[in-house]
Amino acid sequence: MSAQPSPEVTTHQEVTPPHEPQEVHFEPAHPTRDDQLPDTPDAVMACKNVDVRYGDFRAVTGVNLIFGYNEITALIGPSGCGKSTLLRSLNRMNDLILGARVTGEVTLHGQDIYARGIDPIEVRRRIGMVFQKPNPFPKSIYDNVAYGPRVIGMKPSNMDDLVEEALTQAALWTEVKDKLKQSAFGLSGGQQQRLCIARTIAVRPEVILMDEPCSALDPIATGRIEDLMEELRQVYAIVIVTHNMQQAARVADRTAFFTALAAEGTGDRTGMLVEYDKTTKIFENPSDKRTEDYISGRFG
Amino acid sequence: MSIATDLRLSRSLDTSARSGERSPKAMVFLVLLWVTMFIAMTVLLVLIVTTFIEGAPRLDLRLFTEYPSSTPARAGARPAILGSIWVICTTAVLAIPLGVAAAVQLEEFADKTKRINHLIELNVQNLAAIPSVVYGLLALAMLTLLRVQNKNLVIAGATALSLLILPVIIIATREALRSVPAEIREASLALGATPLQTMWKQTLPSAVPGIATGAILALSRAFGEAAPLLLLGGLVFVSYDPNGLLSGYTTLPIQIFNWTGRPQEEFRVLAAAASILLLVLLLAMNALAIYIRNHYQRRW
Repeated sequence: MSAQPSPEVTTHQEVTPPHEPQEVHFEPAHPTRDDQLPDTPDAVMACKNVDVRYGDFRAVTGVNLIFGYNEITALIGPSGCGKSTLLRSLNRMNDLILGARVTGEVTLHGQDIYARGIDPIEVRRRIGMVFQKPNPFPKSIYDNVAYGPRVIGMKPSNMDDLVEEALTQAALWTEVKDKLKQSAFGLSGGQQQRLCIARTIAVRPEVILMDEPCSALDPIATGRIEDLMEELRQVYAIVIVTHNMQQAARVADRTAFFTALAAEGTGDRTGMLVEYDKTTKIFENPSDKRTEDYISGRFG
Repeated sequence: MSIATDLRLSRSLDTSARSGERSPKAMVFLVLLWVTMFIAMTVLLVLIVTTFIEGAPRLDLRLFTEYPSSTPARAGARPAILGSIWVICTTAVLAIPLGVAAAVQLEEFADKTKRINHLIELNVQNLAAIPSVVYGLLALAMLTLLRVQNKNLVIAGATALSLLILPVIIIATREALRSVPAEIREASLALGATPLQTMWKQTLPSAVPGIATGAILALSRAFGEAAPLLLLGGLVFVSYDPNGLLSGYTTLPIQIFNWTGRPQEEFRVLAAAASILLLVLLLAMNALAIYIRNHYQRRW
């Protein structure tokens, strides 16, 4: 726990009984951290001139970004602007798609993860991912969390402790501690998504990528995931793709705004980064007209 | 009263306009459907009922315990029943692992852009439609090349039947693998599991109900098959219990074929009784397949 937990955050993490409705947050759950943020992020990951192509189609081009330690970075922009594509290229999940190719440099601690000799399996272990739709394995809650550590050959002295720790970090332990052996499908959508986060935490990654993690959830479940992200920021770097601008405003320290440009002739839409800055700057005083138009709802 | 309700009223009262479900064309089609269904069901029903009436007198313990004999009163299908069990079990052991492995390779690991894999796929589809007697010829040729004199061996019959049902198992397994959502594979890979671990621990276990259903249906086809085994010398007088892979054998369908060809009326009764047994066993296998499909298949 390196960073500065604001008093607000800790109160939000006071465990609420599962059935008591929690208040919905429309305001930032923490006072702005702007003054604590360095001007340039303390890089854990970085993109240098990244292009992602699917066959001949260039999905996103010329991205330069730095993702900082203990920061939440939001990627926002209209549909088809390549933000999810970029996210999936950050832990080499795009390798699984036929014809997908990444050029430029994506680095983790300065090391290019697409360099020759780099094992994509190891990359994915260190850069975890939470998906849009909660996708627990058809196994028990316990086995969902223990699966990752088992397959990557972690030898925890006590698997039970590891599972408890991950579930506690994901703010799910009190709700499931009495039914660890039950199927994960019995949980609600929000609980399933927190289970997916617990599963990701269990392998102790350094970065967590989240691809619209709340788009399938109701506002209460969304609020809980957002509180959880606040908590997780103290240990991990988080990159989140979201369609919900209020969500980006609520949780992100920095925000990157993408847009899509239609190529002349083919009409193929290629995503590009427009602006990347502290979230308050992006939302209150963007330097690019397109960002301002998007934020104020005039386009996208 | 608005115009819209006026229109609706006049529409619903207007029965003279013969349109939609009650038009003469639709009625003729409906009757035609009923007739075709009736024909199909009657043929099947008559077949089953006459077989039951004919075979009922000999559907007794002797059918199960006695060996074939030239005196119908003392004849039974004991070696044929045991032979069928031997052949089908051997077929299952040979065909299921091979078929599942082939399907996993084709579905999960093969590079789908390669022409060779398209060719293999096309071939598997075609093989499923080849008449069973061709597989008998193939096995016969193999045994001749191996210089096997006596071709009436359990392992030889099982090999022919395995070749026969292999394409069916491959196709069923691929279907089952394809129905496992991509999210499960992605979640596993994102945790740092290797593709092989993902296949063994997630995809294949999730596909087991589908694979089991397909395999049982394929085996029930092999169970009722006589043609390839006739070519392999299955039409023999076996008056002992088959006791190993290299033992001689006869199977239930062949025994029925044998008895039907005899001139004595009593043998035909015996054949009908054995047919009932075969029918019941096949129904039981198919029922088991349907049960597995309905009760274990996961709805995602």
